[in-house]
Amino acid sequence: MGNVLPNRLVGVLPPERWLTRPVELAAYESDALTAFRTRPVAVAVPETTDEVVSLVRACHDARIPFVARGSGTSLSGGSLPVADGIVITLNRLNRILRIDPGQRIAVVEPGVINTHVSVAAAAHGLYYAPDPSSQTICTIGGNVAFNSGGAHCLKTGMTANHVLGLKAVLATGEVVSWGGDSRERVGPDWCGLFTGNEGLFGIALEITLQLLPKAETVHTVLAGYRSLEEAGNAVAAVIGSGLLPSAMEIMDALALEAARAAVHADYPPGCEAVLIVELEGPRETVAVERARLDQILAVSAAVGIRPARDAAERLAIWKGRKSAFSAVGRLSPDYIVQDGVVPRQRLGEALRRIDLMGREAGIRVANVFHAGDGNLHPLILFDGRQPGALERAEVLAGRILRMCLEMGGSITGEHGIGVEKSAFLPEMFGADEIEVLRRLRAAFDPLEIANPGKMFPDGTAPALQHRGAHPLERAGLLSRE
Amino acid sequence: MSTVVHPDSLEVLTEAVRSIPRLLPVGAGTKPRLVATDASRVSLAGLRGVLEYDPGEFTFTALAGTPIREVVAALEEKGQYLPFDPLQVEAGSTLGGVIASGISGPGRLRYGGVRDFILGVRMVDGAGRLLRFGGKVVKNAAGFDVPKFLVGSLGRFGVIAEATFKVFPRPEARRTLRLAVPSLSAAVELAGSLGRSRFDPEAIDVLPDEGGLLVRLAGPEAAMDALATDLLQRHPGECLPEAVASGLWQRLNGFSWRRPGDVLCKIPCHRGVVAPLEVALREAGARVHWSAGFNVAFVSVPTTPGSGEGLERLSSLLVGWGLTALTLDGAAPLLWGARPDQRIGTAVKHALDPDDRFPGVYT
Repeated sequence: MGNVLPNRLVGVLPPERWLTRPVELAAYESDALTAFRTRPVAVAVPETTDEVVSLVRACHDARIPFVARGSGTSLSGGSLPVADGIVITLNRLNRILRIDPGQRIAVVEPGVINTHVSVAAAAHGLYYAPDPSSQTICTIGGNVAFNSGGAHCLKTGMTANHVLGLKAVLATGEVVSWGGDSRERVGPDWCGLFTGNEGLFGIALEITLQLLPKAETVHTVLAGYRSLEEAGNAVAAVIGSGLLPSAMEIMDALALEAARAAVHADYPPGCEAVLIVELEGPRETVAVERARLDQILAVSAAVGIRPARDAAERLAIWKGRKSAFSAVGRLSPDYIVQDGVVPRQRLGEALRRIDLMGREAGIRVANVFHAGDGNLHPLILFDGRQPGALERAEVLAGRILRMCLEMGGSITGEHGIGVEKSAFLPEMFGADEIEVLRRLRAAFDPLEIANPGKMFPDGTAPALQHRGAHPLERAGLLSRE
Repeated sequence: MSTVVHPDSLEVLTEAVRSIPRLLPVGAGTKPRLVATDASRVSLAGLRGVLEYDPGEFTFTALAGTPIREVVAALEEKGQYLPFDPLQVEAGSTLGGVIASGISGPGRLRYGGVRDFILGVRMVDGAGRLLRFGGKVVKNAAGFDVPKFLVGSLGRFGVIAEATFKVFPRPEARRTLRLAVPSLSAAVELAGSLGRSRFDPEAIDVLPDEGGLLVRLAGPEAAMDALATDLLQRHPGECLPEAVASGLWQRLNGFSWRRPGDVLCKIPCHRGVVAPLEVALREAGARVHWSAGFNVAFVSVPTTPGSGEGLERLSSLLVGWGLTALTLDGAAPLLWGARPDQRIGTAVKHALDPDDRFPGVYT
């Protein structure tokens, strides 16, 4: 390592906190987008924010690329290493520095696990709202870098809506501090700009998160339909009624089949699609809204309606939903997942077209998605052992993304561009916009050392390789959505 | 103050930006200090109108010069609203002005501020290019979030020409309770505990020069009385008649409580600094509307001869607490109190406005 990395950089950490042996580096070669893999020169394991700052400054001085990494759950290859650079792993910066229940905030280090914030806040009747499916392992630092979403974005928004303050080291080595304890601010919204930067601006060191009061009452109902279209019509009816559900999710027949096989989920007989709707609020409010929702579902074409009668039944509904992705893994040796967005009212049309494109390509596609947000999650199934199968799946994925753009949507709702979709950035934005995005990047990172190869189509992305499922995914700890 | 140009199309706007060496966009001018510079003014008043509104998508797109009251009316017709609760609605404040000033009303407490509902923009950068950032769908994570950055940008990084926002279904009913509190510190405590209570209040505010904590509940009509009754059983107070309540909120919305001639400013804050801030503001002779659960103070400070010193003293106290004030109207610096000195601010300004066409934030 001493031959490749300058002493000033190596000297930032004691030798035992540098990983350099191939066996140690193997775990960092990839993230949850397993089709990409690159071995970094070394992995740095800092334990303090000062060490992170020193690492970044040393990288800047020596023009060494660095990739910050939390738990490596990015679905867009956001934490894919670069071959001539280092990985800075932030898992040991996992302290919750402060919880202020009166102000309803938590100040945390970037390596804190998403759910740990809610666990720490629970005693005060508070929780941290963004809930990506990997929330039991993914870190707040990664959530900030990719503006992660979850199943409850319709009502509570994405990560950016919950970041009140940030201390960060930029790729230039400058340490900045924006926002703070207040929900309000003056001047341009730096926290908003930094959140979702995909690691291209620098590394968040301390994050001030907004906490929300836990709802007194949660009502979850599952309705089965004979077709995706009928489930989609029910979504439109709920939206049209003036209700604001905290979540509206749909699973298609293939996803239901998978969830049945994997976690013995039970769905109404004869249904080809399932809609899950969740209401939250004070008990009086939920009682009124529930009655309204019951009426809407009763006149929809549902073949079965199952309200959760208690917390256990609610958890069972969500277990089936959240296990759907890894469950689909049982139906197919490999899959890739997209997260394009379409206008909510065109979901039915989008799903029909995805179905058609899948049939044309002879590829099975399962759908589990955030219907309330128009955020699709088509799972494209393939067998990577067959020559060309991965490439064919990628072609189909590309067609789906172009369809989302054509419908006025986005190529990503919550996974980010990363390595995976960088080729599509010029399809979503014009040349002038991309030039400005590049100028912004250069303002934060003139040397292009922070997470290079992500977001922008620089042609530095490594070739696709078939690698099968992530080890954590095989162990059932990780799901891709 | 110099020339004013009035583009009536995006093409003319773009051309104006290209041809005027130093300029600042203006909306309805409801926050005069924000546009008090020597730069030429480019009025967005001619670029108005809601371009797209589909209630089923929870989104609308409108030109920046659209008076916010037109947006409010269009949404109301379809049973929807802007949850960040825009201020100065009746005064004619514009959509672009709301974004550039970054000012939200009391209702921002529940679901968030302007920044939490903006989805996309079309803007003209300092190089005179019409650019589109963000998206038109409720969820989008592609590219850097320039639309959010423009919230509070004061027109100093580019001209907002058009914006897309997320909206929500409008609560069917509201109740405003005035809770009795013996002191401001008791009000802060009560606001904190209500903020994590089952009631999920839409707003928690303190009126200028009046006692009591205003708490606004919102939801289905059939649930409101039960919630209000339960809250009043726990905390002494009264449920205000609708006409009284709407008068109070109206007064706050239009800053009509402000003393004529005073400096009007916004000071973001948090419960930890409310006590010393309140003392300092009282000593400066200020009137205060504490809003959004003590997350922001809208302040009217006198600047009569002899009290200019008061503003300076206040400014140095704000520095100590790490707070920054934004002057909306009156003779005071645009931003005062704590001022970040960060290289990145200059670098990003240069990225979006390479020729320094727009004035700096601190001028």
